[in-house]
Amino acid sequence: MAEQAEAIIDIEGLKKTYTLDSHRHVEAVKGIKFSVNAGEIFGLLGPNGAGKTTTIGMLTTRVKVTAGDAFIAGINIRDEVAVKRLIAVVPQQNNLDRSLTARENLTFHAKYFGVPKQVREKKAEELLKMMGLKGRQDDYVRAFSGGMAQRLMIARALMHEPKVLFLDEATTGLDPQSRRLLWDKVRELNESGQTILLTTHYMDEADELCHRIAIIDHGEVLALDTPHNLKRMVPGGNRIDLELPEAPDRLVDILRGIDRTGVISRRDEEDRVILSVHGGQGLIPGIIKAVQETNTDILSVQLHHVTLEDLFIHLTGRRLRD
Amino acid sequence: MKTFVALLQRDVTVLIRDLPEFVMRIAMQPFLFVFVFGYVLPSIGQVKSSYANLLLPGILAASMMMAGVQGTAIPLSQDFGAIKEIEDRLMAPIRISMVVLEKIVMGTLQAWIAGGLVFPLAWAIMRSNLSLHVTSFSYLFLYLFLVGLASAATGITLGTIISPFKIPLMFATIIIPMIFLGATYYPWHALSNVVWLQTIILINPMVYAAEGFRSVLTPGIPHIRMLFTILGLFAAVIILSGIGLRGFIKRAYS
Repeated sequence: MAEQAEAIIDIEGLKKTYTLDSHRHVEAVKGIKFSVNAGEIFGLLGPNGAGKTTTIGMLTTRVKVTAGDAFIAGINIRDEVAVKRLIAVVPQQNNLDRSLTARENLTFHAKYFGVPKQVREKKAEELLKMMGLKGRQDDYVRAFSGGMAQRLMIARALMHEPKVLFLDEATTGLDPQSRRLLWDKVRELNESGQTILLTTHYMDEADELCHRIAIIDHGEVLALDTPHNLKRMVPGGNRIDLELPEAPDRLVDILRGIDRTGVISRRDEEDRVILSVHGGQGLIPGIIKAVQETNTDILSVQLHHVTLEDLFIHLTGRRLRD
Repeated sequence: MKTFVALLQRDVTVLIRDLPEFVMRIAMQPFLFVFVFGYVLPSIGQVKSSYANLLLPGILAASMMMAGVQGTAIPLSQDFGAIKEIEDRLMAPIRISMVVLEKIVMGTLQAWIAGGLVFPLAWAIMRSNLSLHVTSFSYLFLYLFLVGLASAATGITLGTIISPFKIPLMFATIIIPMIFLGATYYPWHALSNVVWLQTIILINPMVYAAEGFRSVLTPGIPHIRMLFTILGLFAAVIILSGIGLRGFIKRAYS
């Protein structure tokens, strides 16, 4: 999405230091700087404790800023009440109002924001439907499953039509099916124009959903770009491994010719040879053709996609989830 | 303002929905006190029938305190400590201090309901032993107002300090002593033989609540002067609201 689009969140050197006692401080966020464009799904990806939630906390007025500035739609985040009107947060933990029904959770929330009665009733109806909760609207939320609660929290967040929707580790703890469903809903929302800032420690989630991702660790942004560009930062990139009983020189020459990067590695094992060709799946037909032309058998072809996890390891030497 | 009213409406809706449970919770204790001390014991000659008079202002104060504290401290403690329900209200477009004020209003309201229940209970159970003499309705309402606020402010303070797992401990170590050492079941002046106790309990807002009610309901019984009880309650409201507000804000931000 649009590099030239207007920024809706501007973060300028935002910093949070927690004081444990008189001489021990923890710098949870160390002066980060980036902006999020209107209409974008922007992801903060990093391991637990990287400073993602603290960053979101500051942007959503729930964590006091130590230094630096941030603006949401031009409003300084220190102007708490004004910022709260513009945003909504879906947290990791279920914080629905257990004394109320699903529908009441939505309508009371809207009431806090001064949404007129007719509008909020109609909106609640629509959102319950959209989130697949129709039929459960009059049930108390105590009995809701994790996935249902998460969807209802998103519905609640949308009741006052926020300019930015924050999803803080919103899919953690959900079963794979509920996660998929939630991803679909997030995409659907974004397609209707909703700006979304999400944090996650799942690299597949960031990769699949986000237009741009900031990789964050120890309170610092290590890299920021589209998932595609981020993965290109990993040396070598995608790779195809060919497992062959033998590798005639002619085949190696042909493969060298196909290979865009000109790099090929060869590993000889007892009864087979593994040739690694750098490049993506688009190269497979050519490779197969070359193999057939040289009358070589193929034991297996494996495509290795570079993941954001690889990038994280490249940047930090550690895995995302240790 | 709209947001403040909406927050109140949410709490009132839930309160009305749980009304039977709420009434049972806050009426049981005053009912038992009125029944045992105002009816059973005088009937079997263990206490003088005039004890009912001494008792009523104390029960009124204790019931209000109990309801106000329970109505604020328990939900707050659970909210901050475990269920985080309050987050949606913290994210409402309103200052955090107004969320606290709303909690105080709700606690006060619950204390008033509790206080309002004591009168018919007393009348129904021990009216033959009761001779109330309301000196001034305006002062009675002033006391009801102040005691309600003081109980809610106490609840906010406790609710922001105490973790949900320590609620039983809070009752054992704070609420019960406040009530038993609050000139509730005996007039403060009667403690003149135990001066150290008489002095120490002056830090307990319950003393000003019970003695204040005595001054307007049963003026015949020796009581602390109105001026002092009103000042004492004012001080309790201001100090405890201040501590509660600070504690709340500290918990609301991380």
